[in-house]
Amino acid sequence: MALPVYASPLERIWHYTYLVICALIFLFLIAPILIVIPLSFNAEPYFTFTEKMLTFDPTGYSMRWYDLLLTFGMQNPDAVRDGAWWADAWNNAAWIRAAKNSIIIGAFSTLVATVLGTLAALGLSRPEMPLRRPIMAVLISPMIVPIIITATGLFFFYSATGLSGTYVGIVLAHATLGIPFVIITVTATLVGFDHSLTRAAASLGASPSTTFFKVIMPLILPGVISGALFAFVTSFDEVVVVLFVAAHDQQTIPRQMWNGIREQISPAILSVATILVIISIALLATVELLRRRSERLRGVTPR
Amino acid sequence: MADTTSTTAAAPLTTADGRSLKAALATAQSRAKRRALFLVLPLFLFIVITFILPIGQMLHRSVKNDGFSANMPAISAWFAENPAGTEPDEAAYAALAADLQAASAAKTIGVVGTRVNYDMPGTRSLFTSSARKSKDFVAPFKESLLAADAKWGDPALWGVMRQVSKTYSGNFFLAAVDLARDADGKIIRAPEDRRIYVSLFVRTFFMAGLITGICLLIAFPVAHLLATLPLRYSNLLMILVLLPFWTSLLVRTTSWIVLLQTQGVINNSLVAGGLLSEENRIQMIYNQTGTIIAMTHILLPFMILPLYSVMRPIPPSYVRAARSLGATSWTAFRRIYLPQTLPGIGAGALLVFILAVGYYITPALVGGASGQLISNLIAFHMQDSLNWSLAAALAAILLGAVLILYWLYDRLVGIDNLKLG
Repeated sequence: MALPVYASPLERIWHYTYLVICALIFLFLIAPILIVIPLSFNAEPYFTFTEKMLTFDPTGYSMRWYDLLLTFGMQNPDAVRDGAWWADAWNNAAWIRAAKNSIIIGAFSTLVATVLGTLAALGLSRPEMPLRRPIMAVLISPMIVPIIITATGLFFFYSATGLSGTYVGIVLAHATLGIPFVIITVTATLVGFDHSLTRAAASLGASPSTTFFKVIMPLILPGVISGALFAFVTSFDEVVVVLFVAAHDQQTIPRQMWNGIREQISPAILSVATILVIISIALLATVELLRRRSERLRGVTPR
Repeated sequence: MADTTSTTAAAPLTTADGRSLKAALATAQSRAKRRALFLVLPLFLFIVITFILPIGQMLHRSVKNDGFSANMPAISAWFAENPAGTEPDEAAYAALAADLQAASAAKTIGVVGTRVNYDMPGTRSLFTSSARKSKDFVAPFKESLLAADAKWGDPALWGVMRQVSKTYSGNFFLAAVDLARDADGKIIRAPEDRRIYVSLFVRTFFMAGLITGICLLIAFPVAHLLATLPLRYSNLLMILVLLPFWTSLLVRTTSWIVLLQTQGVINNSLVAGGLLSEENRIQMIYNQTGTIIAMTHILLPFMILPLYSVMRPIPPSYVRAARSLGATSWTAFRRIYLPQTLPGIGAGALLVFILAVGYYITPALVGGASGQLISNLIAFHMQDSLNWSLAAALAAILLGAVLILYWLYDRLVGIDNLKLG
């Protein structure tokens, strides 16, 4: 994006204005995510920078909201912090229980979505697949249909089949919502997949399963893992279906946040948000590394 | 060449074991086809069971409601036997009294009253109170019922009861577009104070369009910058686009609450900077503005990514060629660059619009009263007013709109071209 030598003064002015505009837009994109991090260390129960925070007075900062995440919901939060205290936190603290639920639901729904989605993507990327477009449209539709409609449908369906309030019900619903992401990422990896490799493996006497695990899988693994991460994040961030079909005691992190935002918003929400931002940075880094690896494997190099 | 043609004409090509090559190819191809289908089948069935079936069931509920007909069978039968406009006779009142007694004993009168109440507000108590007195009803039932409550003689009430006695009807769809049926069954507009749905649909589509427009306006320069920078730098800047994409929706919504509320970061900075007086703090959240700002931020990556993937392969030499032929930079942009980005604009705009129309979480948290969209009303009818059939009818209309847009997206862009990151 270098400025050409023949640019007129007006064009030069416009060029720098343009760069400033772009910088502002990047600020708009990223600032709201980063702003919660310093605010979560606020010593006061406010949502804004206090005077002490602005002068970098250490007493203006504290870990109290992170501490609240641990102690909220505990039976005996003020006891001495020994083994029994930590056991109490592990078993009773509301946010820890929500995190456990979120991780269990996320792990199982990711497993279901990734296995089924990868198999389907393999089928969909074969040139001889009949009715490819309509089937693909159906499989991607959970991502397009408004979540409230899905949740409403599941509410009726689960109350009729007895799945409401069960972990199985939530896992199935979250798997459905994660499947489009798996299909999109895995089919993207399969674009330009050299099918002569599988034929070569077959001609050398490999069984279909050996071919799959030794030839296909290593090549598409980056796509499968990023698809799985997408599916996990989808489940980990999903609140509407949980609100509609889960039982009252089935709290997840997003649901707990939702309640926190709607009822009385406290900086404890910001400390959860900070933790989630750090998790998403880690996930993004993983996906980026996988994408580069996939490009290297397929011989696509950055220009 | 001529030689080969004459051979094929004489004897069709065969495989080594003597089968016709054409038949062997057909067998092999259908086997490959079956294998591909077999791989997709498990997921397809999964989606049908966990997604298509529930939505189908919801659509079914939008036309079916047996709250009245299942609990008031005798009067429903009377309505079925007598055409519309029949004056309710003693048999009708007898049937009504019998049903009220039965529903009172079965404690289902609340369901019945609620169902009638949807179509004629203020009638729920009539049913519940009459059911309480139903033990005293004696022949002649007409006098007995009218003595209990004079409203039973209201022809409008009988018209509504006739309507709700049908298990299947399109009345919830009528209600969802601010229409109703009068006592004779003719379609009329709903009373003025109850016409909320059409204007809400209009507002939803208007706000989705506005958000799409703002997203396009903001995304275009950024996507252009990313597409023209060398890949080393653009990959770094891309992280700034992808990080919001990977961050929890609730986190981003929370951040906007923190930034925009009246005691929030932006208002405080403006007041501290002397740009704003203490009393004039701007209300930027819990209204339409808040919804638009937060949704624009959340949907922006869905606009930048398709634009970027279309802009990246555009060779810079085209614009340079135009410039060398004497075009000003504006003309070169408008006539040469912009037309080449149209597929990306179409893909991004459609995707953002589809996602914005059905948005629920952000309007619910930051929308206040004026920033609510149609999804929020569906949730209201599901969770608070419990008028599930109306919620299903509203959802069906929204679903129809989204599916049309989805079909358009598939036609214009193709589902295969959907990319994430």
